[in-house]
Amino acid sequence: MQRHLISAADLTRDDAVLILDTAEEMARVADRPIKKLPTLRGRTIVNLFFEDSTRTRISFEAAEKRLSADVINFSAKGSSVSKGESLKDTAQTLEAMGVDAVVIRHGASGAPYRLANSGWIDAAVINAGDGTHQHPTQALLDAFTMRRRLVGRDAGLGQDLSGRRITIVGDVLHSRVARSNVDLLHTLGAEVTVVAPPTLVPVGVETWPCEVSYDLDSTLTKSDAVMMLRVQRERMNAAFFPTEREYSRRYGLDGERMARMPEHAIVMHPGPMVRGMEITAEVADSDRCTVVEQVANGVSIRMAVLYLLLGGAEPAVTHARIEEK
Amino acid sequence: MDTQDTQASDARPVLEGPDIARVLTRIAHEIVERAKGADDVVLLGIPTRGVFLAQRLAAKLEEITDRKIPCGSLDITMYRDDLRMHPPRALARTEIPGDGIDGRLVVLVDDVLFSGRTVRAALDALNDVGRPRAVQLAVLVDRGHRELPIRADYVGKNLPTSLRETVKVQLAEEDGRDTVLLGAKQTQ
Amino acid sequence: MSKILIRGAKVLGGESQDVLIDGAVIEAVGSGLSAEGAEVVEADGKVLLPGLVDLHTHLREPGREDSETVLTGTRAAASGGYTAVFAMANTFPVADTAGVVEQVYRLGQEHGYCDVQPIGAVTVGLEGRKLAELGAMHESAAGVTVFSDDGKCVDDAVIMRRALEYVKAFGGVVAQHAQEPRLTEGAQMNEGIVSAELGLGGWPAVAEESIIARDVLLAEHVGSRVHICHLSTAGSVEIVRWAKSRGIDVTAEVTPHHLLLTDELVRTYNPVYKVNPPLRTERDVLALREALADGTIDIVATDHAPHPHEDKDCEWAAAAMGMVGLETALSVVQETMVETGLLDWAGVAERMSFKPARIGRAQGHGRPVSAGEPANLTLVDTAYRGSVDPAGFASRSRNTPYEGRELPGRVTHTWLRGKATLVDGKLT
Repeated sequence: MQRHLISAADLTRDDAVLILDTAEEMARVADRPIKKLPTLRGRTIVNLFFEDSTRTRISFEAAEKRLSADVINFSAKGSSVSKGESLKDTAQTLEAMGVDAVVIRHGASGAPYRLANSGWIDAAVINAGDGTHQHPTQALLDAFTMRRRLVGRDAGLGQDLSGRRITIVGDVLHSRVARSNVDLLHTLGAEVTVVAPPTLVPVGVETWPCEVSYDLDSTLTKSDAVMMLRVQRERMNAAFFPTEREYSRRYGLDGERMARMPEHAIVMHPGPMVRGMEITAEVADSDRCTVVEQVANGVSIRMAVLYLLLGGAEPAVTHARIEEK
Repeated sequence: MDTQDTQASDARPVLEGPDIARVLTRIAHEIVERAKGADDVVLLGIPTRGVFLAQRLAAKLEEITDRKIPCGSLDITMYRDDLRMHPPRALARTEIPGDGIDGRLVVLVDDVLFSGRTVRAALDALNDVGRPRAVQLAVLVDRGHRELPIRADYVGKNLPTSLRETVKVQLAEEDGRDTVLLGAKQTQ
Repeated sequence: MSKILIRGAKVLGGESQDVLIDGAVIEAVGSGLSAEGAEVVEADGKVLLPGLVDLHTHLREPGREDSETVLTGTRAAASGGYTAVFAMANTFPVADTAGVVEQVYRLGQEHGYCDVQPIGAVTVGLEGRKLAELGAMHESAAGVTVFSDDGKCVDDAVIMRRALEYVKAFGGVVAQHAQEPRLTEGAQMNEGIVSAELGLGGWPAVAEESIIARDVLLAEHVGSRVHICHLSTAGSVEIVRWAKSRGIDVTAEVTPHHLLLTDELVRTYNPVYKVNPPLRTERDVLALREALADGTIDIVATDHAPHPHEDKDCEWAAAAMGMVGLETALSVVQETMVETGLLDWAGVAERMSFKPARIGRAQGHGRPVSAGEPANLTLVDTAYRGSVDPAGFASRSRNTPYEGRELPGRVTHTWLRGKATLVDGKLT
């Protein structure tokens, strides 16, 4: 039994549904006059961010504060970390301060796993995005958004995403969001297709529980949700694709393409969007685009994860991942 | 609320279906009497079975007063004082009726009153939802052994028990039948 | 120096025989030998091998004495049954001048645990631009014959061609670290199924194979010999096999860890498994074993790469690449090659002593166990099984991937020119 959330692949179907159901109740707290619960009173949570990510950090912070936890924000910039202090030293410093949980964002894939398994600290570790590996709370909030839109708020309780067809488009190679979503959506019974130019699909993708396509148009018409990933312009210089214009033409979502999607289908984006690259303003601002909802849902999902990992004597979420000796 | 499992074999019913109906009717009348017409009453059931009792009470109050009685649920899980002693529990629904509870008479409804800790948590939870004019408590069974200075305003049945006994309320909505069972606590 | 009689040893794993050492030389090999006043070592059926020779060791001195020194490295070597090691050039300063190689050579001689044969850098500062003074290093007291920029690839085809040609003048050999640099920018592990899942930068097999293919063709074109360091992929095996069938003068080495470990271990994100070239797949491991057995791969070389604890006790991306190997090499070879029936002990002697000595032109090493030969010998208790405990290592560093793993075999005695450097598993 583990006390950490490192990878979306570690969650069972029942774990994931429990998190989504719990988040649905957490979402209702936002509608109350006092948006606060006493549940994590006296627990200290550190947001340990080695990479800039204001959005994710604020989302976790809001979730932690709504659950009455004591919150410490630790940004690597301007701290001793940038002076060469190691992850281990930082972790042990926090441990000595009596921290109950560490929410970590790190540029190196595997850093949260290492933090949780190397014996440096006893605190629970929650992965807020590591390198190009995983971003499990993002996948959970995406699944939550899909369940609400495609199944329904109340009708969705206890339900997974069986039979829903989800398409993930863009820079899969460098995307922790794609990896987490493929794992989680598969666990929840969805049929996932990733669409990208072949240069942005990792070698070794064949074991992923999803289909791979290089053709956006043929996939769109059969999709219940289309998730557009951010494509950094710098990728162009490393010859992943020739020009921005060519990328947009082949893999960008514009109004014309959106019109070919089924009527109920939604457009998702983990943000921040690069308008004009992977998505046009017309699509980004349409009713079918859930970007703003995803942000709101992020707080509910993170409250649910924090409650289920820290709210009791032991975590309610089980893990199957191999542990180090 | 007592969630201890009681084996059907050694448990004996202390209230049966008709008794429960009769008791609820009496409580409804008491509420109307004490609230002088129940104009501003809001019923909030504590999940799971308190919610069904609240709904039944609301139906009876509506019969008596011929008025719509607001009825909802109040999940107290996040306010429990024993969270750290168990794995996290799944949350239940909190549903506050549309007009809210500010300035109203809230009657909390639960199945069994025991230590009083559930009610304490419910009062805290209520605090985050609004500011009622007054709060009252209705329970189907009061089995004694209070650990906090809390008492019920409306009691279906006072049931003197020992700590070695368990009280289990079953309701048709959840369990398929109406009954209150008194049994011996299972020994490990 | 007095006489030593090793009684009842399976020489190269064969019949039980006695070996008599007189001073620095083997006096006799036979049965029922006796010698007045000789110190007797009861071998009791242990296997006697020629002293092992490692063509690929990082001793770190000068420059990184916090991870290893010539003293601690040669003690580790003696502990693992080695009597000669070739020390790679990537020190600080780089071993690209006669001065540095002579210093390392002399330190080895002074300490007396194991002969140290320095490898010279191919290019100045390992920068791949300008040839180092290869001739001067060869003519120095260190007598360098092997040249390598190991740690970096000599990726410029013209520089590689010139180096291959130039060392012909004195019988040298260039040992290539085959890694196409552009294909491995940001590489963290083998590129494949596991890297796709873990989100770690991929080090594709083709980055090794393309350089090997180029270099065997260059060697053929200019009529030189070339040695391939730490060959790690099934594709590389095929290229070397093809090159040998064409008569190209190429030799190749494989490390013990590439014979045993796969990239599945990276799932732990434990940097103790981070190494360059990276751990590959099961398919590669099996191909490497087969190639070592059939002679396509000539030798086992450790690529012993010590790193201080803090360089491994961190997140994967920040960790140093490399593993220590001198003290576990023979056990890993026993496990992967002998116990699988792929090699007998004579085959092990060929690949861990005779052949590496021939490739590196190491004088007095890799010689037969017979009368008149230098008494460089290693006695191995092949029946032993035990789990690896890095706390007992002679190396200054502990970055072994085998901690706690049960491995067979244990070197009990090592003799360097008749002088015992290891007795009953203890360094002298």
